[in-house]
Amino acid sequence: MPFINFSKDEIQCKIVYYGAGFCGKTTNLQYIFSTTMEDIKGKMVSIDTKGDRTLFFDFLSLNLGKIRGFDIRVQLYTVPGQVHYDATRKLVLKGVDGVVFVGDSLKVQRKKNIESLINLAKNLAEKGISIRTIPLVIQYNKRDLDGTDSEILPIDVLEKDLNSMLKVPTIPASALKGMGVFETLREITKLVVKDVSRKIMLLDKQAK
Amino acid sequence: MNIVITQRDLEKIDFCLNKMVSSSLAQSVLLIDRSGQLIAHHGNAPAIDMSSLSALTAANFGATAEIAKILGEEEFTLLFHKGRSENVYFSAIGEHVILVTLFDDRTSLGVIRLQINKIIDELSKILSTIFEKKKVPII
Repeated sequence: MPFINFSKDEIQCKIVYYGAGFCGKTTNLQYIFSTTMEDIKGKMVSIDTKGDRTLFFDFLSLNLGKIRGFDIRVQLYTVPGQVHYDATRKLVLKGVDGVVFVGDSLKVQRKKNIESLINLAKNLAEKGISIRTIPLVIQYNKRDLDGTDSEILPIDVLEKDLNSMLKVPTIPASALKGMGVFETLREITKLVVKDVSRKIMLLDKQAK
Repeated sequence: MNIVITQRDLEKIDFCLNKMVSSSLAQSVLLIDRSGQLIAHHGNAPAIDMSSLSALTAANFGATAEIAKILGEEEFTLLFHKGRSENVYFSAIGEHVILVTLFDDRTSLGVIRLQINKIIDELSKILSTIFEKKKVPII
């Protein structure tokens, strides 16, 4: 639910990073937080357990400048990845405008990626949102492990597993090193703003 | 589903929040929606990160609503957190919005509750017209 404030010419959007446990959702936000300038970001809030696993969510607010005269403010959230925290994931998805699905490139995580994507589709559907229409970007994380001892899946296998039906933009990334993190953010913001603009234009038409 | 707040709506909300702050001696009053977006704010709390406070408030309400369900309640419509000198009072307004009141020991919980009860009907009316508008099918 984008929040459009005409008096302040401001649009607030909510973007949720979704994915299986340990796929790197929080690492994405941490990288964004550590590399953006002070004046455009808020504080990063994390509710996690002692083992650094997200318990509820991480939250980061960013000011992304103006588009068509509107200040764009995005609020980035992550969800807890573990299977048994489904109620929390549903809460965080409330009012979502765009989703980044973080896929784990590790071969051992293959099944968990697919399960998490199905879980996302199910939780969105419960809110009356189709995974096929919501702005969505898939990030293939941990590409920096290519060539190391950890066995990772080739991009085409990940594409087949996660994107064969959806056909959404995909970005190879390493959240730890920063590769692809801002490309992902840029892509999802672009899609969300496009979606919001379409809605504003429709509102304008209806008003006339 | 979108929410569009016009200048006029915002002025009405601001008027209510202003009245709340001046009559209760609260430090700050925030109006946020249940997904964690800040709708309006009035008062004097410059050092507070409003976005984080809004996100955490929405999460807090969501979490306690689950506790309520376990107990057979639909939800808890008000929450109160007491600190050494700073306190916060959350009240649900309808199904979409939460009013957050920050106050210190210059005032009391009783005064805060009394003043909230006075403005809540007025705010509910303004908000219900805003949320009615969103029902226009635009997707």
